[in-house]
Amino acid sequence: MLILGIETSCDDTAAAVVEDGYRVLSSVVSSQDSVHARYGGVVPELASRRHIEEIIPVVAEALKRAGLELKDIEGISVTQGPGLVGSILVGLSFAKSVSYVRGLPLTGVNHIEAHAHAAFLREGEAFREAPEFPFVALIVSGGHTTLLLLEDYTRYRVLGQTIDDAAGEAFDKVAKLLGLGYPGGAVIDRLAKEGNPLYVEFTRPYMAKGNLDFSFSGIKTAVRNFVGGFKEATPEDSIKDLAASFQEAVVDVLVNKALRALRASGASDLVAAGGVACNSRLRTKLQEAAQKEGVRLFIPPPYFCSDNGAMVAALGFHRLRKGMVASLDLNARPTSDF
Amino acid sequence: MKGRETHTTHSPEETEALGWEFSRKLLPGDIVGLVGELGSGKTCFVRGVAKGLGVRGNVKSPSFTIINILEREERRGEINRLHHIDLYRIRSADDFYDAGLEEYIYGKGISVIEWADKFPELLEVCTIVIRFSYMGEKVREIVIQRRGGSA
Repeated sequence: MLILGIETSCDDTAAAVVEDGYRVLSSVVSSQDSVHARYGGVVPELASRRHIEEIIPVVAEALKRAGLELKDIEGISVTQGPGLVGSILVGLSFAKSVSYVRGLPLTGVNHIEAHAHAAFLREGEAFREAPEFPFVALIVSGGHTTLLLLEDYTRYRVLGQTIDDAAGEAFDKVAKLLGLGYPGGAVIDRLAKEGNPLYVEFTRPYMAKGNLDFSFSGIKTAVRNFVGGFKEATPEDSIKDLAASFQEAVVDVLVNKALRALRASGASDLVAAGGVACNSRLRTKLQEAAQKEGVRLFIPPPYFCSDNGAMVAALGFHRLRKGMVASLDLNARPTSDF
Repeated sequence: MKGRETHTTHSPEETEALGWEFSRKLLPGDIVGLVGELGSGKTCFVRGVAKGLGVRGNVKSPSFTIINILEREERRGEINRLHHIDLYRIRSADDFYDAGLEEYIYGKGISVIEWADKFPELLEVCTIVIRFSYMGEKVREIVIQRRGGSA
């Protein structure tokens, strides 16, 4: 079954064609980072306008690269939330229109659950090891920090999530405090490679708490307090060390909680996805921990970790197969946890 | 609440407790502007306001979604919900209006706007302005001012 997946929940306009929930025929992402870099962050109104301009060319390109036409598509899957409401509505309205005109079944998916399905995607290769249910998924990005337990292809439970800032948001805000550019995650990752992670032992919030929730607001404040201690601008060497120390604190918490989620749920497979799963230190430390604990770790390639349409199509396939078809009054769910 | 109040808090917990206490003085339709740098306690204060109002769900940073709407657990009086708005990523007052955020702030609900001082015209519509300042690592001075001379 050929599914067209559409994703517009944040700054990327993305579309993909995926067969049977895993075989990627095409995946096109029109990254808006170059548009937003000038503004130091994702500008929501700009994002909505750009989505409107990009959505048709991006879908056309996805069909072309798959060697297909719209008439070949058998179902549509679209991100319903969470995210920026104006941005979600662009993808949702487009998907509903195509569904109506072509008489195609439509399903709305949760963006965070879809991230976990990136672990099932295959490109070209006949076989790739896939996680087995139930498995734990650590979804970390600019807008989300969530631990999920996936019970089957269409059922999940939220095990824990951030109570304040998302991990990626902390990277962006700390980058801003240190006077670095956007996107903050990539800049900190690069600088941290030359810095000393033991330079400052930043707080590891919520690490000691027994639950699986996260809190990253306090680390941001701790960095601010440290930087505030310098008389003038932060010295260059210190910036690298601060970046490394901050990153180490965030990564420590993420790894620690992911392992705790595995123990609590009895699962032995772990998926890490979302934009922050591109962070090289997080990847290394998760691999080390997985090896030590005898856990099978699945981290999709960077282009399937960040926002993409293929993960949306993959999850949508399973939902449609189970008859989870949406009607045309499908609405955006920007903030609700669902 | 009359005029201007100055408070000093010594921990995130105290800041949250102040938010709780403050929530009891809110009037339906109040628009509360929060001003203060990164990490000065704005979101923490809002968590206290939310608990005081008894809304459903967690108060998370709305930097990413720009607005979080929190419905009240049980409706007491006219205040039905809390709009938690964050202008951190908004670059102009026009963006605020174009994104339709204005529609949320004129109703019986309470609107709390972080980074309200980014646009003077938005600060003008706030009925209460709260300023957060760093006094020490954990110490914050919080000044609450009701504007326009109303009670």
